Amino acid sequence: MTRDTSWRRLARNPMAMGGVVVLTLIVLLALFGSGLSVHAIDDVFWDRISAPPDVEAGFYFGTDANGRDLFVRTVLGARVSLLVGLAASLISLVIGVAYGAVAGFWGGHVDSVMMRIVDILYSLPFVFFVILLTVYVGRSLSTIFITIGAVIWLDMARIVRGQTLALKQREFVEAARAFGATNRRILVSHIIPNLLGPVIISMLLVIPDAILTESFLSFLGLGVQEPNTSWGVLIGEGAQSMTEAPWMLLFPGAFLAVTLLAFNFFGDGLRDALDPKE
Amino acid sequence: MLSMLVKRLVGAIPTLFVIITMTFVMMRLTPGGPFDTGRVVSPEVQANLMRAYHLDEPLFQQYLRYLGDLTRGDFGPSFTSKDFSVTQLIRQGFPVSLELGVSAMALALVAGLGLGTFSALRRNQASDHVVIAFSMVGIIIPSFVMAPILTLVFGVTLQWLPAGGWGDGHQLSYKILPVIALALPRISSIARLSRSSMIEALQMPFIRTAYAKGLPRRLVLFRHASRAAILPVVSYLGPATAGIITGSIIVEQVFSIPGIGRYFVDAALNRDYTLVSGVVIFYGCIIVLFNLIVDVLYGVLDPRITRR
Repeated sequence: MTRDTSWRRLARNPMAMGGVVVLTLIVLLALFGSGLSVHAIDDVFWDRISAPPDVEAGFYFGTDANGRDLFVRTVLGARVSLLVGLAASLISLVIGVAYGAVAGFWGGHVDSVMMRIVDILYSLPFVFFVILLTVYVGRSLSTIFITIGAVIWLDMARIVRGQTLALKQREFVEAARAFGATNRRILVSHIIPNLLGPVIISMLLVIPDAILTESFLSFLGLGVQEPNTSWGVLIGEGAQSMTEAPWMLLFPGAFLAVTLLAFNFFGDGLRDALDPKE
Repeated sequence: MLSMLVKRLVGAIPTLFVIITMTFVMMRLTPGGPFDTGRVVSPEVQANLMRAYHLDEPLFQQYLRYLGDLTRGDFGPSFTSKDFSVTQLIRQGFPVSLELGVSAMALALVAGLGLGTFSALRRNQASDHVVIAFSMVGIIIPSFVMAPILTLVFGVTLQWLPAGGWGDGHQLSYKILPVIALALPRISSIARLSRSSMIEALQMPFIRTAYAKGLPRRLVLFRHASRAAILPVVSYLGPATAGIITGSIIVEQVFSIPGIGRYFVDAALNRDYTLVSGVVIFYGCIIVLFNLIVDVLYGVLDPRITRR
């Protein structure tokens, strides 16, 4: 099956394409959304504490409990949430590719021990380990995505291992070996470059997990810290003042849910397009 | 059967070891120990503190001591709740979390299997689509959005149920919302799983045989089809338990329920090293144990597994 038919199959899937459109809109909003509002991120409006949405005054989503414009904060939250999702999945990609490629390439006992470790880690409630790590390492933005990335690489490692097992049987690896290439060289310049396609696609499937984990932590106050914000932080604040200001919960909550839904549709469509078994 | 049980038990030991070792290594090797509070203490006091908590011993000896304490169920003192040991705090919170979790799991199984079977039998009819949409919503909306919304609607606006708290521990009304909030994502997953496995099971030749024998539909469904259809749900029980334990952190926080999840979040916010590590190890053990039970259950339900 060629790559072209996969793309065509993906383009014919309305759910997946809907997901792509929604994701594009959300990324654009995260990048340029603050230009749509007249308010700055740290403007405090003392006369509008927890005020309902008021489009004429430019408060599209209302204000939060500190009198700050919720729309601008949701945009900033989108930026941070997407960034953490992307950065964490990049880290999981690096760890997962290194681990999976080594396991798949060496095979034998090394492979079975390494994959057994993955199985063990798989059965653990990984959110607890993320929280444990942030307790020890601290809660800056970078430690958050590093810790999330450090625990969600397991899927990536499995996929990469499978691909590597298949790749190392191919003729070009044999050719490289015949030319006297070392294992290290074969791995770095022949196997890993050929893994990139499937790996980038599976990275797309890891991003929503990372976003969800970050929001989970931030909701509990264990993730992104003020003055920075993310959807999880906003949802946490919204949950605290939802009786007076339900919009503080509903807007960021809706953005998070729609984003996860879009990633899901896109991911499902992608998987179906590449692996049309059903 | 017995050999499988022994094999699984032996297989669980490295997992427990990994959990404990990882937790220990993180606890001891990160810079900034628990006594690094920014307060200036004289070297003697520092040395005494280190001695009192055995932090002056070589690392490996500390590790062995830690393992020894754990086997006696001693997780050490809590660093922030001065008068309590970690074991006491876990013992206090666990019954509440256990009741919440078990009720949520029971509800998830009953409602999930019911909905899944129901929609499998009405495949592609309107009611089937309603169930599919419902389970999509349950999976997509994260618990930390759903739980506050449930409180807002049923606790604050309609005032049907208390919006938070656990009452004196015996009042059912306090438990309904948290249990539903915790069960909802699992109901959705189980409904989806059991719907597709039921549809698959109903197309099996043995179902046709059962009908051909003249068995009534009820018997075919509940004795023959359900037995094949339940296997994917059983293997989902492991992840579901992990999900319920993770989810109860959120639910206990939102509804102010005095379970382990709340202690855990408070401990993490206050950087109470021993309590956080203790809870992680405790829940790690529970999950390992539960996965063991699920494996055995799976073997009982599907004897083909045991023979492998």
